[in-house]
Amino acid sequence: MLKNISNLGDAALYCDFGIQVNKATNLEVIKYFNTIREKKIKGINNLTPSYNKLIISFDLRVTNFSEIKNKIENLDTTIEQNKNNKKIELPVCCEENFALDKSRLEKKLNLSYQEILTKFFDKEYFCYMTGFIAGMPFLGDIDENLRTQRLETPRVKVPQGSVGITEQFANIYTFDSPGGWNIIGNTPLKVFDDSKERDPNLINPGDTIVFKKISRQEYESSNDK
Amino acid sequence: MRVVMTSNYFEILRGGINTTFQDKGRENLYHIGIPFSGVMDNRNFLLANKLVGNHLTAPVIEFAYQGPHLKYTGDQLNFVVTGDVIFKIKKKDYEIDGDCYHSYHIENGDEINIISTNKSVYGYFAIGSEIDLKFQWNSCSINTKANIGSNNGKKLNSGQKIKLLKINSDKTLKKVNYINSKIENIRVIKGTNFDYFSDEGKKIFLEKEFIVSKLSDRMGMRLEGPKIENVVNTNIKSEGLVKGVIQVPADGNPIIMLSDHGTIGGYPKIGVVVSVDYDRLVQLAPGSKVKFQEIELSDAETLFKLYEMETKNLLNQI
Repeated sequence: MLKNISNLGDAALYCDFGIQVNKATNLEVIKYFNTIREKKIKGINNLTPSYNKLIISFDLRVTNFSEIKNKIENLDTTIEQNKNNKKIELPVCCEENFALDKSRLEKKLNLSYQEILTKFFDKEYFCYMTGFIAGMPFLGDIDENLRTQRLETPRVKVPQGSVGITEQFANIYTFDSPGGWNIIGNTPLKVFDDSKERDPNLINPGDTIVFKKISRQEYESSNDK
Repeated sequence: MRVVMTSNYFEILRGGINTTFQDKGRENLYHIGIPFSGVMDNRNFLLANKLVGNHLTAPVIEFAYQGPHLKYTGDQLNFVVTGDVIFKIKKKDYEIDGDCYHSYHIENGDEINIISTNKSVYGYFAIGSEIDLKFQWNSCSINTKANIGSNNGKKLNSGQKIKLLKINSDKTLKKVNYINSKIENIRVIKGTNFDYFSDEGKKIFLEKEFIVSKLSDRMGMRLEGPKIENVVNTNIKSEGLVKGVIQVPADGNPIIMLSDHGTIGGYPKIGVVVSVDYDRLVQLAPGSKVKFQEIELSDAETLFKLYEMETKNLLNQI
């Protein structure tokens, strides 16, 4: 449930859905996100859904905080939405050179890499949000035995396609970027494609993801490579 | 005899430090991780376009500190430089110092050398012509971090050409008197995590001076100064960011989100710079002092309206 609306500066609303980070809370955030998008409310120029928050940015030349707040408070979110949420299978290769944090994870989690991978692949994931860098999906929740902190010193460059884990989440680096997540493998699929302006993200909030373990040979022969 | 040019272009003799094409930026893409981008200093952008007779949100060249050195080939056209910028115009037999906010004619073979910004960061070079650019999501704005926008999302470099399409037919020279404000007080509204900080930390934030660090770019402005102590949690669950948000990571040094910022962040938000002060904020060069002053939302809204009126008045003078 939407618990509170406050202002984030003079050109954004900060919508708080509670402190819990789980699928039910996030689905509520996504419901608001989809409803507001479809409404095309005048002046709103950005929506940023996250685990338990929705930030609504607006053009201060066109509208203001109290006008948008009033519209959001009176929003009918019970209307049936077009659910375009997909189930996506994502191939991941976890062999040498891709599993950058193999030995770190084995030590931190006190598990063999085989055990780590079994737990990682034996699960469906839910996309909570995308962002930070273009198209990066934040997926959850990973097995409780695989949860660990970020690297103490982030990498200057995490290679494109890297699949990382931290705490209860997994993510995918859509292009070479600095980052501190534990890298367990790499996908050959293009997760962000800026030549597709209408739909550049392979994975969107609300989607379900299944990871499929592939060999280096399968990785190299993938169409996206 | 009139020489018919088949193409009009600028050749880049020197790219400058961070020279990019920018316009009004991109909307409604935060949710997929793409920031606004667009010009850093909106008023100088609008003035530049008006001074060369372009529509107000046409693409311009934005530069930081040192701008480009350009050589022109083609038919006569108008250009202007806005901001607080030192530049030279080299004609066939002589060279002159250029004045900002004055449009000039440029002829075949002329050179424009944008030497530096003066106690500021960004300047704008507008051309009275349509530029041959690739648009992505209705914007040519270059985001060098994500490699999005025109020029394959990369900054402009020496050896490249800027190709022009249709030159504006009205070549009347125009000017406006404008001086960029250099006041270093930046007004803020309390952030959503203001209470994560100790009483001493809050006091430091609103009363002490900070220095703009060299590690500042189009993504963010880092500040150095007395440390702001967090007494609740140095991380929050990752959530959306907007332009002007001031995050304070564990080291206690504030970072202000600017136009190319990451769309999601996990550091507590102590404050947000108000819209009216954004153009001025981005112009604070490394080494500048900054002092934050808290204001109410209603005051921020009124001040922004006044700023918009002032911008309109300036545009109407052109």
